[in-house]
Parts: sequence; C-alpha cells; structure tokens
Amino acid sequence: MSINQTNSATRAHDATRHLPNFCNLGVMLQLLLLVSILCLAAGVLRAQTLSDVWPQLLTISIYVQPPLMLSLLASCALRRLFVRMSARAELVLFLVVEALIAWLTFWLIGEYKNVFSGDLSAVAAWQFITLFIFTTACVLIYFNLRARELSPALAEARLQALQSRIRPHFLFNSINAVLSLIRHEPKRAERMLEDMAELFRVLMADNRRLTPLSDEIALCRRYLEIEQIRLGDRLKVEWNLQHQAIDPLVPPLMLQPLIENAVYHGIEPMMSINNEAGVLKIDVSTKGKVLNIILSNPYQIDLAPTHSGGNKMAIKNIRERLQLHFDAEASLNARVIASRYEVEISLPIINEQTV
Amino acid sequence: MTTKILIVDDEAPARRRLLDLLDDCRVDFPLTVVGEAGNGVEALEQITQGDVDIVILDIRMPVMDGIEAAMQIAALPETVKRPKIIFSTAFDAHAVKAFELSAVDYLLKPYRADRLLAALKKAEVLNPSQAKAIAQAAPPARRFLSIHERGKVAFVPLEDVLYLKAEQKYVTVRTAAREYLYEESLTKLEEAFPNIFTRLHRNSLVATKAIAGFERVVETAEDGQDASHWVAVVRGLDERLPVSRRQQHIIRSF
Repeated sequence: MSINQTNSATRAHDATRHLPNFCNLGVMLQLLLLVSILCLAAGVLRAQTLSDVWPQLLTISIYVQPPLMLSLLASCALRRLFVRMSARAELVLFLVVEALIAWLTFWLIGEYKNVFSGDLSAVAAWQFITLFIFTTACVLIYFNLRARELSPALAEARLQALQSRIRPHFLFNSINAVLSLIRHEPKRAERMLEDMAELFRVLMADNRRLTPLSDEIALCRRYLEIEQIRLGDRLKVEWNLQHQAIDPLVPPLMLQPLIENAVYHGIEPMMSINNEAGVLKIDVSTKGKVLNIILSNPYQIDLAPTHSGGNKMAIKNIRERLQLHFDAEASLNARVIASRYEVEISLPIINEQTV
Repeated sequence: MTTKILIVDDEAPARRRLLDLLDDCRVDFPLTVVGEAGNGVEALEQITQGDVDIVILDIRMPVMDGIEAAMQIAALPETVKRPKIIFSTAFDAHAVKAFELSAVDYLLKPYRADRLLAALKKAEVLNPSQAKAIAQAAPPARRFLSIHERGKVAFVPLEDVLYLKAEQKYVTVRTAAREYLYEESLTKLEEAFPNIFTRLHRNSLVATKAIAGFERVVETAEDGQDASHWVAVVRGLDERLPVSRRQQHIIRSF
C-alpha cells in the first residue's frame, strides 16, 4: 500500500515541481504583468526626473517585450516535450532556451542599432544574458510559490479536503440503509455495498491527476444509486449529456461533492407536501474548446440559521483545484435563479493526447 | 399491556430497519408499532389523534424537523396524552450536544438492537426544563404555529400566515383560508420571527412577503378637516391594515 502510494505520487504531475503551463492564458497574463512591473521598477531607477520615467519605460520595453513574446511562444511550443521530462531536465532545457533567446535578442539589437533608439554599447552580452536569466528566475519563483499556495498536496489541506468529502451524515445513513435491506432484499444490499465500496475507493485515492469525465460521471451515478435507495421517490435525476464523443479530462471529484451538496441542501429538506419529487439537473455541453457543466437543484430560503458551511467549503475546495489545474481558464460560479440553486463550471477541454 | 410505538423518519429504509429491530426487541419488551410518519407534522397528527406511548423521532426531516416536533409535543395541551420521546440521528453534532446537556436519551444510526432495547426501557416524557435546554442548544427551525382549538391542535405553516393581529388576550392569525386564535403575545412572535414579519402598528404584524403595497387614505372628519393615513395592502385579501405614524418609515424602505 505505502509503496503503491509513493510510486503514484512521483508519477503524478506535481504542479509544485514543474514549470507552469505557458500555453495557459492566465499564466501568460500574469507573466506579462509581472515583467511589466519589473520594467517599471527599472525605469524608475534609471529616470532622473519623474517625467523621465515614461520614456525610460518605453526604451526598456523595446528590449524586453520582443524576447518575452519569443520566450512565451517557445515555451508553449515546447510544452509537449516538457511534460514528458523530469522536473530537473525541464528546468535545464527551459533555461538554455531562455539564454539562447537572450543572446539572439542581444545580437539582433546590435545588428539593427539604427532601428532601435536606445544604445546598448554600455552593456556586454554576458550582462544582458545574466539579467535575462535573473528575470526568468524571478518569474519561475513567483509561479512556484503560487503553485505551492494552491497545491492540495500539502498534508493539512489534503486532510481537510478528505474530511469535507465524506459527509458523516451520508456515511451513517447509508450503512443504516444497507442494514435495512439485508433481511428483505439481500441482492439490493449487495449492489449498494458494491457502489459504496467503489465510491470510497475513489474518495480515498490519490486524486492529484486528472481523470476522464466519463469516469467522474460513472462515479456520480453510483453515488446517486445509493441516495436513491435512501430517498426513494423524493429524488429525481435528469442527466443531459451533450459532450458526445469527446471525453475531456477533469479534476477527479469535481462533480460528486457538488451533487452530494445538492442532495443534502436541495433534495432532502424539500417540502414534500405535494409528494413532488425534487429534481436534480446535470447538463454537460461543449462550446468550442470549453466544457460547460451546469448543476441545479431546488432551493428554498430556510427560515432557520442553516448549516451552509459544508457547501461553501466544497465549492471553495473545487474552485481551488480548478485553479491549480487550469488557472484563469476555468471558472466556477454559484447562484440562485428562479428558486433553483445553480452551480456552473467552465473549463478548457483537454484530453489524454493534449496533456 | 403492550407499549404503543410511533416511528418517525423521512427515509423509508430507516423506518424499515427500526421495524425489524423493534420486532427483535418484542420478546424482552412487549410492544406494537401503531404507526409510521415521514415528518414532524405527520407525527403530530397521529400523536394528537390516537394514543402513542413512545415516539422514535429522527432529527433531520423535511417540513418539520425532529427538534421542532419535540417542542410541539412538549407544548401539547393537557387533554392530549404526551408520548415519551427517543431521539435518533445519524450525525448531528448540535443535536447530540443538546441531548447530552439536557440528559435526554438518543439513538445513533446505524441502530443496534441492544441499544434500542435499553432506550425503550428508560424512555421518559420530555420535561419542560429539558425542552428548554434542547431548544437553547439546538434551536429548531420553527416553521409552524401550533394552535389549540376545542381540544384539537392545528399546525399552521408560518409561510401561510398573512398577518397577525393582537386582540385583548389573543392574537388573530390570518391565513388565506381562515382565521385562528393563538395564545402568545405579538412581541414574542415578532422576536421569534424577525425575518418573516414586519411591524405595522402597535397591534399588528404582517408577513413581509405578503405586502402587496401601500395606499394613502384621505378621510374627511366631522369638523371638515381632511386627515390622511397609510394602509398596507395584503396580497390575496380585500382588507387593508392601518400603518401607524411611528411605523411609516417602512413604507419608504419597502
């Protein structure tokens, strides 16, 4: 068991040790912003007067922006190669590429002196390249810190995440329901225990790697089977799956906790005076390169102070994991529309080939 | 003499599990299950109708939860036989804490036959101080007014109430269908449900969501002077409720 765990942990794409995904729009934007701030700092240092800051900034930008764009293009193009390499090889290759770009830029500026307004004669090639690598390192340190901050790999966060995922209310009620089935419907009891075992296997696994959406949906169906036995006619589920042949990769346990919340907060307390079933809707669709998932359940404003802490926790947890995997390209929004509570997730479509 | 038991749980499998286990207890503790209920309201209907000795009451239920049902049982009129209560819960830290504080017995799910038997043997009627302690530690989601009339008890959902009007010793509770007389002070009701009712006048509270609008009424007094005051229009009713001068600020904030 322990061997198995360490093995899968090293194989898993550990975001804290690897380079950020430079093809990601969010990463690009942060990078541009970061470098611009560094340029501004340099401009302020070089300027003699306050009005001199802007021209200085422009001059610096002329030298900085082209190689920055070049670096972005190169690192995005090399991404397929990067993900197959070890963290150390990846870093070395990246720095070599950056040094090459720096040298190329320096050479180009020297060659086309008259085109560029500035003068680089005071700077030697080794200085330029060192400064360039230094900036790159600063950027990498920033992204590393950010990945660490968002990483669910931290023991404490993982433990908390695990606790929030298994709701004791669900566990004990399910065991009670299985016990009730054993005498009268042993076959159904068997099926329910099988579903529970499978659910808990995923809940207790190392969940850092992305999984196919079809697996996540299968897991949700097993979970809903269990809830159906407990709740009977009170629960009705409507699946509307329109992602067709594509099977995108998603963070594991992205949907199940949300469905569990929908059942706990939306279906279970439903005023079943008219014996009307609570309908849980799950819509999955694609739009271009974006996967859209909308989950909705009946919502009623409770008169009493509610225990909505669990719900907020799950949403925060999933939002953080989406951020870690997809940065600004994924989003999760929750809102109340026409007496229904709705959670919408958008994330870029990636599958096994693109990773 | 067998003990008459009522099972209250919103989940059918949980009720069936209790039926099986009560069957196992029968040898040591003669009992009959007189009914099953899916929520507090159904439970109270059966309790007020027939005679129930022990009620096994789940906490988390829709419509009316177990804690509120227990409070309603504790407040039943003398004419109705009050059953003993055994609480049951899968996992509710608040409720469990409340039971420990008030020294009330409870069952944890999944149920065990030996534990159930012990609970049946020592079950007791909830006394007023225990009821108070539970209500303080785990405030129930009060959703109903229990109204006693002619030996019967009606449970009026709060969301059906349009307005409350104080008249001498009673409060008139108005729903779209009819009126009830309720024995509690308007101030206490206002304190208990601040989010539901709005004060219009010294003697009236209106359900905030039932306010359809406000009208200005001009009356010519006997001396020929025009005097005007505001009234509230209540959704679904023809009558208007006067708004006192002191409460006129609610018209602006509405």
